[in-house]
Amino acid sequence: MSELIIKNGFVVDPLQGIKGDRMDIGVKDGKIVETGTLSNPKTIDAAGMTVMAGGVDVHSHVVGPKVNVGRLFRPEDKLFKSPLKSPTCSRMEMGFSVPSTFKTGYDYARMGYVFVNEAAMPPLHSPHVHEEIRDTPIIDNAAMPVFGNNWFTLEYLKNNEIENNAAYTAWLLRATRGFGIKVVNPGGSEAWGWGLNCVNIHDPVPYFDITPAEIVKGLIETNEHLGLPHSVHLHCNNLGNPGNYVDTLESLKLAEGYAPKNDFGRKQVMHITHLQFHSYGGDSWGNFESKAKDVMDYVNAHDNLTVDMGQVTLDETTTMTADGPFEHHLCSLNHLKWANVDVELETAAGVVPYIYSPKVKVCTIQWAVGLELALFSKDLMRTFITTDHPNAGPFTRYPRVITWLMSRAARDATMKTFKWLDKTIDATSIDGIDRELTLYEIAQMTRAGPAQALGISNTYGGLAPGMDADIAVYALNPENMPSDPAMIEKAFSRCAWLVKDGVVTVRDGEVVAEPAKRTVWVDVKVPENAQVQRDIYEHFLRHYSVKLDNYSLFEEHLHNPRVIEVDATE
Amino acid sequence: MKTVILTLTNPPELMLEGQNITPDNVAGKKAAEIAALDVWEGKQKSALGTYFAVAGDGGATAAETKIILRGDCTRVKRIGQQMTAGEIVIEGNADMYIGGWMKGGKIHVKGNVDSFCGIGMEGGELVIDGNAGHHLGASPRGEWRGMQGGLIRVAGSVGNDTATFINGGTIVIGGDADIHVSTHGEGGTVIIKGNAKGRVGGQMVKGNIYVYGTIENPLPGFQMVGEVEQEVDGETATFTHYIGDLGERHPTAKGKTVYANLYTRN
Ligand SMILES: [Zn+2]
Ligand SMILES: [Zn+2]
Repeated sequence: MSELIIKNGFVVDPLQGIKGDRMDIGVKDGKIVETGTLSNPKTIDAAGMTVMAGGVDVHSHVVGPKVNVGRLFRPEDKLFKSPLKSPTCSRMEMGFSVPSTFKTGYDYARMGYVFVNEAAMPPLHSPHVHEEIRDTPIIDNAAMPVFGNNWFTLEYLKNNEIENNAAYTAWLLRATRGFGIKVVNPGGSEAWGWGLNCVNIHDPVPYFDITPAEIVKGLIETNEHLGLPHSVHLHCNNLGNPGNYVDTLESLKLAEGYAPKNDFGRKQVMHITHLQFHSYGGDSWGNFESKAKDVMDYVNAHDNLTVDMGQVTLDETTTMTADGPFEHHLCSLNHLKWANVDVELETAAGVVPYIYSPKVKVCTIQWAVGLELALFSKDLMRTFITTDHPNAGPFTRYPRVITWLMSRAARDATMKTFKWLDKTIDATSIDGIDRELTLYEIAQMTRAGPAQALGISNTYGGLAPGMDADIAVYALNPENMPSDPAMIEKAFSRCAWLVKDGVVTVRDGEVVAEPAKRTVWVDVKVPENAQVQRDIYEHFLRHYSVKLDNYSLFEEHLHNPRVIEVDATE
Repeated sequence: MKTVILTLTNPPELMLEGQNITPDNVAGKKAAEIAALDVWEGKQKSALGTYFAVAGDGGATAAETKIILRGDCTRVKRIGQQMTAGEIVIEGNADMYIGGWMKGGKIHVKGNVDSFCGIGMEGGELVIDGNAGHHLGASPRGEWRGMQGGLIRVAGSVGNDTATFINGGTIVIGGDADIHVSTHGEGGTVIIKGNAKGRVGGQMVKGNIYVYGTIENPLPGFQMVGEVEQEVDGETATFTHYIGDLGERHPTAKGKTVYANLYTRN
């Protein structure tokens, strides 16, 4: 295979602590190598540019049934918003907030991303998830099955049977070729099957009579018992409501006393996703306010937690979540269309379009809350950029989010468009924050940090020899940053170069090659467990609409796998 | 005002996508430049001049430009799409999407048009002397923001799904309307001078519908509230007044619940 040398760029690699040194990066056979080992490399001139590892997205909804419902029931999301076919890409691209699989892969690549973690896989529908993973070009994908409302999980955890729950979890990860333990509105989405919800962590689940708090703690214990690469990945209860920061802090406290046990360099026991949606004060939409400071004070003081932003981008977008009751609630607020589904013994989901308007006070406060989370963070290796794509905005706005974080002027310019600027300033701290993040901190938030939290930092998120040769070059000179923040957004929207697995994939912002993408999943070896085997058999016999033999993913659905093996037999 | 005459001399084999035929695109251009505008036959892009003979130059602005289309444009779509000003006269029939997303100006079609004409309309005037197909003045598929303003006048009859999600503006139909009128409507007015088939005003929140003839299958979600005399499209008449759709949510204004109004002429 060919060799490459990326010469004279300003290298930013938080995993190695490299802070913009002028260095060369060598590539051979798809891996990063010491430049001395190269014999006849092709040169990429990165002089005056920033060189980072390929981006890693910790939380995004890009594949699977609810994403596809979003595509199907929002044809207007494509109308006049789809580009003409790129002459350098093999496939057409469509859609804005819920792009087609092809556009998803291309746009991530154009931004310099190489790994995207699908944040919610309904286990029963894992074949659909994997079919769409196959159709999403270039980027490597993992997908997390949802466990927080699963009947097996609820039963095992109610009886405090961590070992059995661990055996079931290992079985389900293999059955779905899943990556880790996702928890969405623990207990609440099961309660939704009864037309109810669990609005705080002590609100018991109907019939199962277990609380969200017990579910989360049980899943943390399960996760650390197995030693999975990633931690429990939690979407808290009571999303989106005024005053919910109290519930969020209670959820965060559930991780107290737990330490990570794994061989993958992961340091947290719980990742809390789209924290923006969970950091609200007030008790009505009238006195709705930011509690980002309170929440981040807690996160800053507890290094067994990681978080991502869920930044509102002020776009018209499509919300979609396994938090079924929340989507119903949202639909009754905005009266737009609503899709809802119950997934048998496992989960639920809903989809509703949403317009985050700079003319609406709640939306502009939400915008400020998200940015405050990052700007109050004392450790950006534990605070990641997401938009909970597409819930708070499409992932294609990451460059804009980066620009807001790097530039007070960019924030001010956006705030000037707010109809309720004074009220937004009163209800938040954003106007008092001058902090501007550095390229190093952005690299922490978009590659090094997420890779470490996902337990994949031996392969992704850094530029050390031996790692995958996933390298993004941005036309930004750290010694001479543009005074116009729009130039920062432009540089991160369309990278100058993306090398994926050693292949030049993007050049001057255009996709020029489509190297093979992978499906990353976690295979855990656990001791034989006759009881769990029998429970699975019984549940499928009595309750599932499919037979056990038809449930597990068939090998032909799995595209180009990269297996992470975990031995939990000891 | 300057006039550009487009005569279809070499009809396309497939439908022709004619969204560039607007006063906005023609303004400021000489005949030869107009002939070079892009049109698509299927996915093949070619020049307007491949199909049309072009005579005359565009005006300085869209408002000062009139386009006359001659020849059989039954298979030319999207004429006047997104136009903001000026005038288009189509001397015969035209295909789908005529005047779609139009913002201003006037289109006059002397023949019939197919479906989706005037969809997503925001302003201006679309006058059709013949019949129109389905989805006249409706919202684009999936879109909840339908017709916002402007006037559509069809002398003949129309197909189904007229004025879906209408929010504003007026549609006047001289003849009959097939099923589904103003479904999900939240404003605007639809006047049907002939008969309506059924599902008139289903899930309507706000807005007005007038039916001069009969409604073959009225919806149970509309309730008769009385008789009113009103001037509609220049003539005064008495109507039976219904409110609905009672199965749908309704906003309140000044302490009173706002309903959609359906009037049938006595
Ligand atoms: Zn979520
Ligand atoms: Zn999410």
